Amino acid sequence: MSDLKRTPLFPEYEKSGGRTIDFGGWDLPVQFSGIKHEHETTRTKAGLFDVSHMGEIMVQGPASEKFLQQMVTNDVSKLTPNRAQYTFMCYEDGGTVDDFIVYMLEQDKYLLVVNAANTEKDFAWLTEHKSGDVSIENVTPNYVQLALQGPKAESILQRLTETDLNQIKFFRFENPVYFSSIEAGGIVSRTGYTGEDGFEIYIEAAEGRKLWRLLLETGETDGLEPIGLGARDTLRFEANLPLYGQELSKTISPVEAGMKFAVKINKAENFIGKDALKQQIENGPSRKLVGIEMIDKGIPRTDYQVFAGDEKAGFITTGTQSPTLQKNIGLALVNSEFALEGTELYVQVRNRKLKATVVKTPFYKREQ
Amino acid sequence: MNLPKDLFYTKEHEWVKKEDGNVRIGITDFAQDELGDIVFVEMPEVGDEIGADEPFGSVESVKTVSELYAPLSGKVLEVNEELEDSPEFVNESPYDKAWMVVVEPSNPSDVDQLLSAEQYEEAVKKD
Repeated sequence: MSDLKRTPLFPEYEKSGGRTIDFGGWDLPVQFSGIKHEHETTRTKAGLFDVSHMGEIMVQGPASEKFLQQMVTNDVSKLTPNRAQYTFMCYEDGGTVDDFIVYMLEQDKYLLVVNAANTEKDFAWLTEHKSGDVSIENVTPNYVQLALQGPKAESILQRLTETDLNQIKFFRFENPVYFSSIEAGGIVSRTGYTGEDGFEIYIEAAEGRKLWRLLLETGETDGLEPIGLGARDTLRFEANLPLYGQELSKTISPVEAGMKFAVKINKAENFIGKDALKQQIENGPSRKLVGIEMIDKGIPRTDYQVFAGDEKAGFITTGTQSPTLQKNIGLALVNSEFALEGTELYVQVRNRKLKATVVKTPFYKREQ
Repeated sequence: MNLPKDLFYTKEHEWVKKEDGNVRIGITDFAQDELGDIVFVEMPEVGDEIGADEPFGSVESVKTVSELYAPLSGKVLEVNEELEDSPEFVNESPYDKAWMVVVEPSNPSDVDQLLSAEQYEEAVKKD
């Protein structure tokens, strides 16, 4: 038997035809009915994702705000209870430790929802830099995290609770939202990783399977289906949401990835990586993440080399055939001189250099 | 698993059909199912020489790229141009509409060295 970790939802995958793969040490469904169909279902109806592999780290104590301000790039002091914030945690040189969402549960109590594969690294990094009266705890196993995404998400979830979901604005949450039919409640935030409207739900691990089944049953008439990691990746890619390990990494800073909106160099506290990131913002980064569209026939893929004429310009971070646009597109980290829209670039696909052009991102934006 | 008895197979999941001294080549039902939604097929050109066990093209799904390995050496006589616009044929009809190339083998008896349907099935089960 394998040593792969499983979420409490594992027994449910098979019932929906899920096909699992090793995803960073987790046995998770890559697809159920098929990536293209699942992608379209999420864009047009609603999709349910088990994202319980995501890490949860609780940071609390009187010094927690001050501590987080030193650790992350965004301005945590802007949070009030029931608000969430997207942020980065960086190394001194501006490289990225991780990107995550900080939930302010109450005064002096924050939940960080981090990338699965980075959970232990983040926990160690935070612990190593701990200062003041703060406690840091890895609470990942306590939660099942489900994402309900798509235009029908709100109407499906609303049938299960008396909390007025319309009141939960983007990047805010309610805690707890009570689901009477399973006699359990959890955190519900209007967040997601698909470019669609929707929610992420954090519930006690033991209640997870009941909630998964309840949601699928309730949403059936709206066309709700379970969605695997394959479509999660194509959905987030079209919406230009970065994936750690591809668009962000130890050697790729948030500023290079075009995410300076979450890097607050003017906030009151000093933070790790500030000097390097400040310089990148003020002088412009030497590399930039851009969208590319293939002109020649071929699909750009992660790590393929990108050229401008004969000169090496950078590399592809993510690429595929966009299920929504039916175009072969990619994200590429290129030297800034080649980042202008309309620049002609060449992608090395096996033994051929195929023509592409720099285009605007996001590739997909939902109608409001 | 759909495995027509009259075809030959390779461990790299291609099928090979004998046709008047030439062979028609595609990928198996098992392979298309493993790959998922196929979105692109890259093929050689008519007249290209292909070498046994060497890549002669690729099949791309939404998530991955998979090389096509030549089951035998020979010269490409025909390629299925329809797959350019309809790569989904590989999922829908792997043994019929999604044939990929017709090859004139350098050594026609090479075909007989390939796997039978039973042998291929055994090989897949072991994986």
